[in-house]
Amino acid sequence: MALPYDPDPKFAEYSDPGRLVSTSWLAEHLGDEGLAVVESDEDVLLYETGHIPGSVKVDWHLDLNDRVNRDYVDGERFAELMGSRGIGRDTTIVVYGDKSNWWAAYALWVFTLFGHPDVRLLDGGRAKWQAEGRPMTTDAAKPSPVDYPVVERQDDDIRAFKDEVLAHLGEPIVDVRSAPEYTGERTHMPDYPDEGALRGGHIPGAKSVPWGRAAAEDGTFKDRASLEAIYQEEQGLSPGDDVIAYCRIGERSSHTWFVLQHLLGFGKVRNYDGSWTEWGNSVRVPIVKGEDPGSVPGAREV
Amino acid sequence: MATLTADLPPALAEIVEEFHQLTVPDRLQLLLEFSTELPPLPDRYTDHPELLEPVPECQSPIFVATEVDGSGPKAAVALYFSAPAEAPTTRGFAEILRAGLDGLTVEELLAVPVDLAQRLALEEAVSPLRLNGMTGMLARIKRQAAAKATD
Repeated sequence: MALPYDPDPKFAEYSDPGRLVSTSWLAEHLGDEGLAVVESDEDVLLYETGHIPGSVKVDWHLDLNDRVNRDYVDGERFAELMGSRGIGRDTTIVVYGDKSNWWAAYALWVFTLFGHPDVRLLDGGRAKWQAEGRPMTTDAAKPSPVDYPVVERQDDDIRAFKDEVLAHLGEPIVDVRSAPEYTGERTHMPDYPDEGALRGGHIPGAKSVPWGRAAAEDGTFKDRASLEAIYQEEQGLSPGDDVIAYCRIGERSSHTWFVLQHLLGFGKVRNYDGSWTEWGNSVRVPIVKGEDPGSVPGAREV
Repeated sequence: MATLTADLPPALAEIVEEFHQLTVPDRLQLLLEFSTELPPLPDRYTDHPELLEPVPECQSPIFVATEVDGSGPKAAVALYFSAPAEAPTTRGFAEILRAGLDGLTVEELLAVPVDLAQRLALEEAVSPLRLNGMTGMLARIKRQAAAKATD
């Protein structure tokens, strides 16, 4: 039984108002039957230093990534993970995390690959909850394990692979990395570790829209009109477009995927999780350096 | 175990052994304990942050300063770190290095093996990628100490 939506008027403007909850909504519903709160952070120890009471931890490296293939876990492993966290298929999940919800959005996107019906983000994430002085605890939640069905992952709709991106060249692509990563001045985020890309630059034709433009200063999503001004008016994208978003490993682009898919109602948005760590290293794959999106090699007139 | 610790200074060898004796979840708890023990920066650094060197290999902002008492291979090394509370993993790595290396001579510090981070049995607990930051910190500490010892 899904929990009610957050009636916050800001959310009502979005195409999918049920995908966000406010900190006050969560405070009110914490402990409700059928609700699971999941914390997903970049820092693997942050949950242990204090988390929203009753929340469970899902780590992107340890829980969502397969240990052998560069891929996500399979249906069986996912079912084990969810079951062990006390999450059933009909549970309403609210995900939150650090860094303006990058990793929370990434977890939500992976949960969506498995078609979990009701998964929402906490607008503003961990930082907003803390800034408001809401309760945190270091007591690890001890959920009773439940059965989660084994559901096969569906990569077709919201995930793009390298070959699909190659075939998509000339169609809308959004690069959500920082400006120096886009131009090729550097291959990783300022102040971040180099995760190993041989070449710097961007996918030919990709528009540069750093993910953070979608977030307000407090880490919440900007309102719909502000988002439309960026993605639709300024960048000329439209909800009917087939859009691929990418970053370095697919975490920041999950944030943008969420904005386009759930807040602006774009019909077809895929996250290219191979992102620059794959594209920048691949053999016989073109790149563009500099500030211009650049042209697509061998582009055909349509 | 001996092969993992034989070439380590005693304090570091003890830390490595401690991690290996624990279950994987307890290793994470131990790392958390280390993170809470990282001492605050002395005033001479909080007043002069430009004296601290950033470590971009870490996913979170961390700064390190190495002091050498005197010069030459027998001079003692002191280490200072600054990392935000929201980066407990990075703080934990920093405190392991501080607890394991502070007070060593320059010569002893430079002899610490570069694969130290891989010896802590933390791959399963924090993932291998996250250990790169610790390797970066160690490399910067060694470089600072070597430079300062010859000043």
